[in-house]
Order: sequence, then C-alpha cells, then structure tokens
Amino acid sequence: MSEKVLVKGNEALAKAAIAAGCRHYFGYPITPQTEVAAYMSREMPKVDGVFLQAESEIAAINMVIGVASTGKRVMTSSSSPGISLKSEGLSYLAGCDLPALVVNVQRGGPGLGSIQPSQADYFHATRGAGHGDFHMIVLAPNSVQEMYSLTFKGFELADKYRMTAMLLADGTMGQMMEPVSLDVGEVTKVEKPWALTGTKGARKPNIVNSLFLVADELEKYNFERYKKYEIVEQNETLYEEYRMEDAEYVIAAFGVASRVSKNAIDEARAKGIKVGMIRPITLWPFPKAPFAKAAETAKAFVSVELSMGQMIEDVQLATKCKRPVLLCNRVGGMIPTTNDVLAAIDKAVEVGGAE
Amino acid sequence: MQTPLAFLNDAKRITVFAGHYGSGKTNAAINYALALRDFHDQVMIADLDIVNPYFRTKDGAKVLEKKGIRLISSPFANSNVDTPALPPDTYAILDNKEAYGVLDVGGDDRGALALGRYVPSLLKEQNYEMLLVINRFRPLTQNAEDTEEIVREIEQAAGLSFTGIVHNSNLGYETTAADVLHSIPYAEDVSKRLQLPIRMTTVSEHLCGELTNQIENLLPMTIYVQQSWEHGV
Repeated sequence: MSEKVLVKGNEALAKAAIAAGCRHYFGYPITPQTEVAAYMSREMPKVDGVFLQAESEIAAINMVIGVASTGKRVMTSSSSPGISLKSEGLSYLAGCDLPALVVNVQRGGPGLGSIQPSQADYFHATRGAGHGDFHMIVLAPNSVQEMYSLTFKGFELADKYRMTAMLLADGTMGQMMEPVSLDVGEVTKVEKPWALTGTKGARKPNIVNSLFLVADELEKYNFERYKKYEIVEQNETLYEEYRMEDAEYVIAAFGVASRVSKNAIDEARAKGIKVGMIRPITLWPFPKAPFAKAAETAKAFVSVELSMGQMIEDVQLATKCKRPVLLCNRVGGMIPTTNDVLAAIDKAVEVGGAE
Repeated sequence: MQTPLAFLNDAKRITVFAGHYGSGKTNAAINYALALRDFHDQVMIADLDIVNPYFRTKDGAKVLEKKGIRLISSPFANSNVDTPALPPDTYAILDNKEAYGVLDVGGDDRGALALGRYVPSLLKEQNYEMLLVINRFRPLTQNAEDTEEIVREIEQAAGLSFTGIVHNSNLGYETTAADVLHSIPYAEDVSKRLQLPIRMTTVSEHLCGELTNQIENLLPMTIYVQQSWEHGV
C-alpha cells in the first residue's frame, strides 16, 4: 500500500478523476468546491488533459455532453445553484445515454442560499435532476477517502451503464482534510462502439441524439432505459451498516450526517439504548432491502439530514411505513450536533417504545 | 536540553505565516501567537486569508481572546458573505511598534496576493520574519523541487521573500511520531534547496513528549480549528 497523503475532499475527488483516466474537465467556480477547478487547472496540463473554465455552468455541462459523445471520460463539478443550471444538460445526458461524472458539493438553499454545507439537493439528485423520466447513479461519500474512491467508482459505473453518475457531497466533505490512501483498482476498459470517433469511411455513422419525434420510438427507448435501471438497482446498491446486529432503533444518514450520527450512536449505546445505523452510499439506487429487513424488528427509525426531510421519504417507502420514521434535521448550512441526534434517539424510544 | 520555546525570545516583531494551502498555516499561526504571548505582553494576530471562507483564524477566536491576544479579522469572516475582504485594522499591527504581530496569510499565490499591500511597511521596518509552512503529506509539496515551485509563486505574488521554514508535516489525527521523524529529511532538503533555516517544527501536543529530545525548536500544537464531525468515519 502506498503512503497516505493529507488532502482536502475537493482535491481528493479531482485526483481520483485523473486516476480514473478523466482528461476533460469543464467547470465554473463556486464555493464550496472551487478547489476542484483550482486543482484541475494546475494538474490537467501535466497529464495532457483539458481544463476549461467555461463561461457558465450551462456551457460546462454542454461541453461535457460533447466530450461524452466521443466516449472519453469527462466531468464537471459545481455546487447547488450551479447544479440547478446544469439540469437541462443532465436530462440531455440521460436522453442520449451518455456516461459522465457530475459532482455536486452541496451548499444551503434554495436560491443563492449560503456557502455552508447542506444535503437539500437529495430530491434533485434522486428524483428531479431535469425533465423527463431518468435516473442518475448517485454516490454519497462520508469521508475524504470516499470522496476519492467513489469518484473513481462513479466513472466506472457511468461507463458500465452509459449513465450519468453524480457524486453528491456537501461543503464539509469538500473542505475537510483527512489522510487518504490513493490506491485504486485498474481502470476498466469499456468498449464504446456507439461513440462518435469518426467513421474513417469504414462504418456507418454513429448518432448521439435525444430527439425522437415518433412517439412509439421514444417510448421504446424509455422502456429499455428503465430495464437497464432495474439491473443497476439489482447490482449496484451500496450501503454500510453500523451496530445493526440487535438494533431496536435505526438511524438513516448519509454524508456528514452519518458521521455525527455514529458518534451519537456510540453515546446512546453507552446509555443502554440499542441503536444502529444504515448509511446509504448509493442514494439512487436506494438500499431498500436493509431498511425493509430492519422494519421487521426495529421499533422506530430516525432520518438525520441537512434538509427539511428528503431522504426520509425513501426510508418511509422502503419500510412501507411499518414503523414510525422521525426526522432530525438542521438546514441552511447548519449541521446537526451529536446532542441533536441523541435527543432524536430519545424521542424515537418514546414513540417506538410506546407502540 | 534547551528550554522549550526559548527560540521565541528571538522572535521578530512581525511574523508572517504563508505557504501552500492546507499546509496548516492557520493552526501554526494560532499556536505560535499563543506561545508568543508567554514572552511578550502585547500580541496581535491578523487573519489575512481571503481564499478560504471555511477555515479561518476566527475559529480560534475564543482561545485567543482568553489569553489576551487581539484578533484582527474581516468583519465578514465566518458569515455567509463570500467576500474577499481584508480586515481594515491590520495596520494596528504595523503601526504599534510595541506589539508583536502574527499575520496568517491565505494559501498559495492567490492568498499571498493579499500580503502585498503591507509589504512596503514590512520592508521599511525590517523587523519581520516570513515563514514558509510545509507539510510533506500534502500531495503537491512532497519533495523539495515541487515545494520550491509553489514557494516561488507565493513570493512573486506577495512581493516578499521567505526568511525561514515552519516544518509542519502531519497526517491530521493519524499522525505518529515516526511520521514526523521520517519527514525531517524532506524539511532539510527544502531548507537546503531554498537556503532557508528551519525555525521551528510544529507537532501535535500529544507527540511532544516523544519528540522533545530529538527535534530542536519544537512548538506544541493544539488544534483549534476543528469540527464536531472530524471523527466518526
């Protein structure tokens, strides 16, 4: 194993992109992810890659569509307001079945919001990234190590399924510094016979397009795409369980919220409360199975979020509302404290224990 | 054995902390200011970091205040206003010749740009030290050659040359005494290449016992810029 280095989350994801063979980065600066662009501007030229600061987020995502059409690994990154601007492009990427990596280092919203961390783009990432029926593979890191490993994985999954992978981080993940091991697996070589690489007069031209004016043709593509999504759901769901063996109370948390929750769980366990955590690592596909299983025995669930309650809906769906699901949240750039989570666990004991 | 921190007796009136971003400038500057206070009555620290709105000297405000150290920071620091504003009263440090001042400069050349407007005063008085904070575990400063590249960019942007080195090699909360000891050749390489003396080595307090007889001019560090979610991975 190579020696660890001390890196910021934003640097880690940029390093991982280069390690994954990404040689095209298009972006526009926005706090709290500007270090990604800063790192790329310095490092891309060293590996004969392209760093381009576009004139806007919209321009950047359209450049991503262009490069993705040629089969090259490509990424853009932004933070919440900038991701809203990219929404049209995300829909076009899906409509064209193009692989790409898009990073959202979330900040408080709505509107221009704050520059502090948030998880309030969960709905956007998992449900409404743009118009039309589509999904992105959404990866939610909770450490700088995962900022690195999940970025790498995002490129792999994007290529494997011809989908957009989104790394959904937050301001803390982008800004925090932690020791990281830079070991990654091999980059998988994926054949891309659909890519626009020039026919050289030897084959029929490829077309990358999302416009289908004949209704039943467009319907066929939608049905096919959703068959692919089923396979992704079966094969690529990722989650981590913490102290779930005998858990009567279950916390659902991802990203920075899962770290605060872990500390709270240890404190609650010390007081004799049997509490555990299911941490979704892929937010889409959502890890329904472990939640469904937990709902058989658990007394109550608590969703810890930096939003007004978004993932809580997936927890309710996955548990089919068999048990109460409480919300523990801070918003606007605030982060729930260990005490906030402990208070929510106490409330869950009150609600769940009574039934 | 020398008296710990005795080297602070020879501190220049103004000490500037600059370096690659993420090298640990802010924590080093805060700990240096706190240690300096034991040797001098009037100590001030100014947060000139216009680059990073997330981690700034202001985070350590309470600790500094308690020890009677004046903190000069942008009125917008730690607010939601993402404005690269410099604190207007930084000149208090430059004008009050009785006080010892610490300037915490933002990372890289972009951060160092902010120092430029104070350079004429520093050069006129001459009683300053500009310290380069280095950490071998940062990916872009893992050897002397790469470190020099960043140093030259900073010096050009600041319009001021470094006069010494703060060796701050660390891996965050995973740092061991061995990590620090294995990084000494790197610090010496940088020192030789840049022709700058190593003024001090900053290590986490809990490692000081182990290292105190092995490294000269050790400055124990307490991390004041830290958040509740730092653990729990």
